[in-house]
Amino acid sequence: MTKLPRRSVLATGSAALLTTATGLTLPARAQGIEPTPTMRGGANNYRPGAPIVDRIGGGGFLMTGTVRRAGDGAPIPNARIQMWAHTTEGHERDERSHGATLTDAQGRFRMDMPQIVPAFGQPHGHLAYDAEFDQNGFETVFLRPVMRSASDTTLDVAFVLQTA
Amino acid sequence: MRATLIWTALAAAIIAPVAAAAFSPQLQWRDGIYIASGFAGVVGMALLLVQPLLAAGDLPLSQSDARRVHRVTGTLLLGAVLLHVAGLWITSPPDVVDALTFTSPTPFSVWGVIAMWGVFATALLAAWRRRLPLRPMTWRRVHLVLGLVIAAGTVTHALLIEGTMEVVTKWLLAGFVLVATLRVVWRAGRFRDFARRSG
Repeated sequence: MTKLPRRSVLATGSAALLTTATGLTLPARAQGIEPTPTMRGGANNYRPGAPIVDRIGGGGFLMTGTVRRAGDGAPIPNARIQMWAHTTEGHERDERSHGATLTDAQGRFRMDMPQIVPAFGQPHGHLAYDAEFDQNGFETVFLRPVMRSASDTTLDVAFVLQTA
Repeated sequence: MRATLIWTALAAAIIAPVAAAAFSPQLQWRDGIYIASGFAGVVGMALLLVQPLLAAGDLPLSQSDARRVHRVTGTLLLGAVLLHVAGLWITSPPDVVDALTFTSPTPFSVWGVIAMWGVFATALLAAWRRRLPLRPMTWRRVHLVLGLVIAAGTVTHALLIEGTMEVVTKWLLAGFVLVATLRVVWRAGRFRDFARRSG
């Protein structure tokens, strides 16, 4: 039931296929990387300014991702990404279910958090890039990725941000 | 003997999905209100099996008893829907607002909300039966259509959800609800044709 991610995966996949097949892969010409739109319901139960933590709760589930710039796809270091979910340790609204982290030099982030379990009908997570709590100057984006299976122990999420 | 069989089968069809949901591993990660709202949904869906059976006269009850029970079950169904939505609202207000405004990212919530409005409309239709300027046949037809909307909406809602209901008992209950409802609709259509032909 993950219309948006599946579509974007398909789009990215076919775009990649097309560029490889036609031999159009020239370095420094990675133009036109579309910004990630905010997803429906992405901001639900958001807590603005959740603290930066090494780990949410006891951990065991790995949330990973990348944050890049729209257009050229350059990685964005030090971007503050917040995440929360209904996990084995708490409901989405609970403070202990929320945490934030910063991207590294390659624009990657990772968070060890409790296992996400299905809530409101789907096993899903929430992630935010909130311009209010970040100095990089990009537009706010809220994501609500759905896991392919409730037994997944990882979730990888890609942010492409637009200059505000 | 036949009556005992029918009641046992109905009890089994209702109790099985509720009991199976009671063993769901999801329960350990939910608070009491969220659990209660989930079960209100399961019980509400199970009541949707009773209603068409009562309407069709399939249960070993006199016609007047069946009517009375149909009304009580309908009231219970309304209560179950209210508990279901209220409990979810307390658990996660923004998700319920999204569902009620048809802006939810989850495809199943729209079906649940449609079924909910169907239940509300039916409750009003039943409460105002004497006051509404509808001929009995028209009233019945409106009720049937609403019943079909409620059954189809609820079944779709439930089947698309990954929640506390166990898959096999969920699909079985969904099948029973749909078959029982469609049977009543089909019979009503046949009766109408018959009435038209002999009228």
